[in-house]
Amino acid sequence: MSRRRTPIGGALDLEEAVAELVRDGDAVAIEGFTHLIPFAAAHAIIRQGRRDLTLIRMTPDLVYDQMIGMGCAGKLVFSYGGNPGVGSLHRFRDAVENGWPAPLELEEHSHAGMANRYAAGAARLPCAVMRGYLGTDLPRHTRVEPIVCPFSGEQLVAVLALNPDVAIVHAQEADRQGNVQLWGIPGVQKEAVLAAGRSLVTVERIVERLEPRPGGVIIPGWAIDRVAEAPGGSHPSYSLGVTERDNDFYVAWDGISRDREEFLSWMEANVLSGGTTT
Amino acid sequence: MSAEATGAELQTIVAARLLRDAGSVFIGVGRPGTAAILAREIYNPDLVLVYESGTIGAKPSRVPLSIGDGELAETADTVVSVAEMFNYWIGAGRVQVAFLGAAQIDRHANLNSTVIGDYAHPKTRLPGAGGAPEIAAGCEEVVVIAPHDPRTLVERLDFRTTVGFGDGPGDRERFGYRGRGPSAVVTDLGLLEPDPESKELVLTRVHPGVSVEQARRATGWDLRVAAEPEATEPPDAEELSALRELQAR
Repeated sequence: MSRRRTPIGGALDLEEAVAELVRDGDAVAIEGFTHLIPFAAAHAIIRQGRRDLTLIRMTPDLVYDQMIGMGCAGKLVFSYGGNPGVGSLHRFRDAVENGWPAPLELEEHSHAGMANRYAAGAARLPCAVMRGYLGTDLPRHTRVEPIVCPFSGEQLVAVLALNPDVAIVHAQEADRQGNVQLWGIPGVQKEAVLAAGRSLVTVERIVERLEPRPGGVIIPGWAIDRVAEAPGGSHPSYSLGVTERDNDFYVAWDGISRDREEFLSWMEANVLSGGTTT
Repeated sequence: MSAEATGAELQTIVAARLLRDAGSVFIGVGRPGTAAILAREIYNPDLVLVYESGTIGAKPSRVPLSIGDGELAETADTVVSVAEMFNYWIGAGRVQVAFLGAAQIDRHANLNSTVIGDYAHPKTRLPGAGGAPEIAAGCEEVVVIAPHDPRTLVERLDFRTTVGFGDGPGDRERFGYRGRGPSAVVTDLGLLEPDPESKELVLTRVHPGVSVEQARRATGWDLRVAAEPEATEPPDAEELSALRELQAR
């Protein structure tokens, strides 16, 4: 693994960073567990017209509903595909139930399975060991292998490490050396960045010096490929201490996304014409 | 204020009462989450609320829309990563009670939250497993909260997402699951509890105004009934007003 330092002085803008890191056919993990979801970066991927991506994410959320509906995805690797607290992800359901706009291959896990797969990927181990999956119908639809602990004889399962081509996460702050700090719900962002071949962190703001925060997670700049400033870039999710979760938008999305035409016109007005297209 | 509780209110209050003496409870959003917040407010102020988003000991002042709402992180005793939540806290058996919902439940309290119909060509694609399988495997006990109708309480699941008791006694042990499994299913008609021997759900309690026959008709399998099913104590005025006040915030 070779890693370049990311001095912020010559920071790429978001569109350039995404264009450089994300290619057609890539396995892309855009993480953020209900918090710090990198919507701005996802919108750049949509604008750039990327296709046939394997989209990896524990909770597809609105961000992948939008990418699936816009035809970016060929496959989805996930563990919970709902609109949290609201109900269905209609674009996800339309793709699975009706193949619109394209058929979507699924690889589904539990949260524990996905988190352990990322952790194994970050550690560059081939697999992770855990209790779970046995007795459920999940193993018929994914790769899970029962194993016996060589020390205790206990029944366990192994799940395959997850090493995405690209990971994209959002954080509150970076300093000028590209060191990143996020706080609040930390999800699996650190694991995703360390598991991936290439990584992009978008941030609310660039600061001279990172001030330590309670529960703060620091990712050193030398472990990240690109940092791009994207103020408000987690909306309608949020960045604790900087922006608030737009719960009304999560509720409104149920109506916007239910109908294909209404969805497309919303995306046209709010995403496609909302930035430069590379 | 109307003195009559709706089925939903009754279900929430009955679930909340189950947490009177609990140390910690794992919850999501919806009715189970509301029940746990209510329990912390009126019965058990020391109850530790644990959310999948990594917030342990959250103290929400109102019912959150999502498990990621900022207030949960801001008021928590600690906020941990997803891997830590599932490995150190849930998997290790540190959380006492788990409240789970499901689209389908069978007689051994196995749950489906993945798909209705055929997996490859689903009638309805549901969100999927989320944390449920390992939560049900690792927490000391599981309480399922679901509507009582024949589409939910089914003879056969379309997909087994989460193991309650599998095909019967001994399955949980065989799979290496360390929690005791489901202790109750709270519906809007009554309470189902597993038979200690066969692990099959048995109707042990009916809510006010509900007949045993009504509960049996609303179940998709031939529901067993306790010799003398108890009647649920109706919610008192204090419980009802606390719930309504909480939901109005």
